[in-house]
Amino acid sequence: MGDFDLLWGGLQQAATPENLLFAAVGVLLGTFVGVLPGIGPAMAVALLLPVTFGLEPTQAFIMFAGIYYGGMYGGSTTSILLNTPGESASVMTALEGNKMAKRGRAAQALATAAVGSFVAGTIGTLLVAFFAPPLADVAVQIGAPSYFAIMLLALVMTTAVLGSSALRGFIALFLGLTIGLVGLDPNTAQARLDLGLPQLIDPLDIVVVAVGIFALGEALWVAAHLRRSPLQIIPVGQPFMGKDDWRRSWKPWLRGTALGFPFGAIPAGGAEIPTFLSYVSERKLAKNDEFGKGAIEGVAGPEAANNASAAGMFVPMLALGLPVTATASVMLAALQGYGIQPGPQLMTDQADLVWTLLASLLIGNLLLLVLNLPLAPLWAKLLRIPRPQLYAGILFFACLGAYATNLDPFDVGLLLVFGLLGLMMRRFGLPVLPLILGVILGPLMEGKLREALSISGGDFSGLVSEPLAVVVYAIIALAVLAPVVVSRVRGPQAPAVPASATDGAVADAAPESDDEKVGR
Amino acid sequence: MSDQTHDRTQDQAGTPASHDASSAKGWVVVAWAPDEFGAVALAHGVFEARDRGRGVLVVNATKGDALVDDRYAGPEALQQVERELAAAGVPFEVRQSVGGDVADQVLQVTSEVDARLVVIGLRRRTPVGKLLMGSVAQRILLAATCPVLAVKPGEQPG
Repeated sequence: MGDFDLLWGGLQQAATPENLLFAAVGVLLGTFVGVLPGIGPAMAVALLLPVTFGLEPTQAFIMFAGIYYGGMYGGSTTSILLNTPGESASVMTALEGNKMAKRGRAAQALATAAVGSFVAGTIGTLLVAFFAPPLADVAVQIGAPSYFAIMLLALVMTTAVLGSSALRGFIALFLGLTIGLVGLDPNTAQARLDLGLPQLIDPLDIVVVAVGIFALGEALWVAAHLRRSPLQIIPVGQPFMGKDDWRRSWKPWLRGTALGFPFGAIPAGGAEIPTFLSYVSERKLAKNDEFGKGAIEGVAGPEAANNASAAGMFVPMLALGLPVTATASVMLAALQGYGIQPGPQLMTDQADLVWTLLASLLIGNLLLLVLNLPLAPLWAKLLRIPRPQLYAGILFFACLGAYATNLDPFDVGLLLVFGLLGLMMRRFGLPVLPLILGVILGPLMEGKLREALSISGGDFSGLVSEPLAVVVYAIIALAVLAPVVVSRVRGPQAPAVPASATDGAVADAAPESDDEKVGR
Repeated sequence: MSDQTHDRTQDQAGTPASHDASSAKGWVVVAWAPDEFGAVALAHGVFEARDRGRGVLVVNATKGDALVDDRYAGPEALQQVERELAAAGVPFEVRQSVGGDVADQVLQVTSEVDARLVVIGLRRRTPVGKLLMGSVAQRILLAATCPVLAVKPGEQPG
């Protein structure tokens, strides 16, 4: 088990006081942004991209990984206490979690969410350490045509299959791909989409795009909807679980992990589907009829699935250089900022970084558990922060970050442009994830496409010259056509999801979900 | 900026939030929140109203700019205050509103009805806290067009 030796080495690297400090900062910051609806880990990592100028890659990634896991955890607190999921993956937790809290079992709900997150995150991270290296070994031999096909698969899946509306998804995707085109053509050095501005000859800085869309867009959106009736929060003390709660929780944790990890790992990740599946399966397996009234299994399962898929996301990210969530794409941008080429060679070229990162995920997970169980009442207090003060702070860091990239006021203007775009996207219900994936994957895809075409001498048949590419294109066709065919065959009466599971709470909760918000 | 006012008279639960409001000879407006400051203000408001046959108009206002505002009463706290007022036997009305400024919302109500007195509960504020958060009480004291009674927890009416 050479990989586990490497992981052990990574643990020793990660366990320096300085790295532990960055892990703790990341975890606290991540929980902070996860608790507050509207601010997700993607925004937090985007706002922190400028710190990468001053930090070692390892330290920056330890912090980002902490933010990512912390954000996943923080969302559950808001779901349970307020019935307002902090991020889209927590929607299912809200269903049973809030009902538990209303019955006076908030402490148990928070505890099972925290311990379940820890269990799933730890198992998930170990699975990443197990699966990513062999996958990367295989992926190194993948040619440009297949690589292009896999990237296309990731884009199509996140755009057409996961979102609420394929049309909106594709609008967002093509906006993103267009933004990704700005700059010099890599082969011919022609300036593209430069609008005659010398500043646009270089590709757009991802900090400016991500911060504009996530932070400024959200701030403008909140400013447009500043005053809303406050919600009723359920008071909570120290989370704890009784013997019975443990007995009922451990199986859902493991089942949730088993469901969540593969969905995170395939290049069409996202935690919405596995959390939903986990909720439905726990509901089916439940022996008593407590479901719908606050069953602990309904919190334990989805929350574990959520964190397991968060861990699974690192498999395509590390082995293929393929991000599948908004946070992962911003992290990939940070990687590029260090001049590190994401892709299959990452595991061998940057072995230290990768293994320290995986080890710090394990440490961050433990820190989350240790910090968050006692701090839960404090996190609930965050929800009392008035929006003007909160977003003023975010805007300050957003402008600082945008200016710091090039020390050019032009970037602050650009930030405003992308902020307005972000506002418009929220106004018209365009999902943010396809756009950000388009911005970051677009140039990488273009590189692979150009490479494939130059090998085949410009002949498009070169794109299907590898068996793997053909298989992937077949999967894409299936993924796009299957829902259409199924709905035609089954007719309009066939709901894809059981109506009982998506009633009230989701309808109330969904418009509040986070950076990947779909239907506001 | 439009202040949304939820007049509890049209409460869908059908519980009458106002109680023979037409018989009131002028109103005592109570700036109320579900805490000890609101409770003492309400006690004084009821005391003042009962003596002169006035109605009690309870205003529960929020800026609505935070996800959670403990001073914005939930359904249970509202029902509780309505029960207390009904038990006190005075004409009453309970209003909740969301708007830019809590003091403005209270003042808006006093100018809307025939307000004879405003009762507020005074909170302890450090100078720095006042600088940061402002003082609703101070603005009501300075801008109200009728007498203002400012009370603190522990002060018994009468």
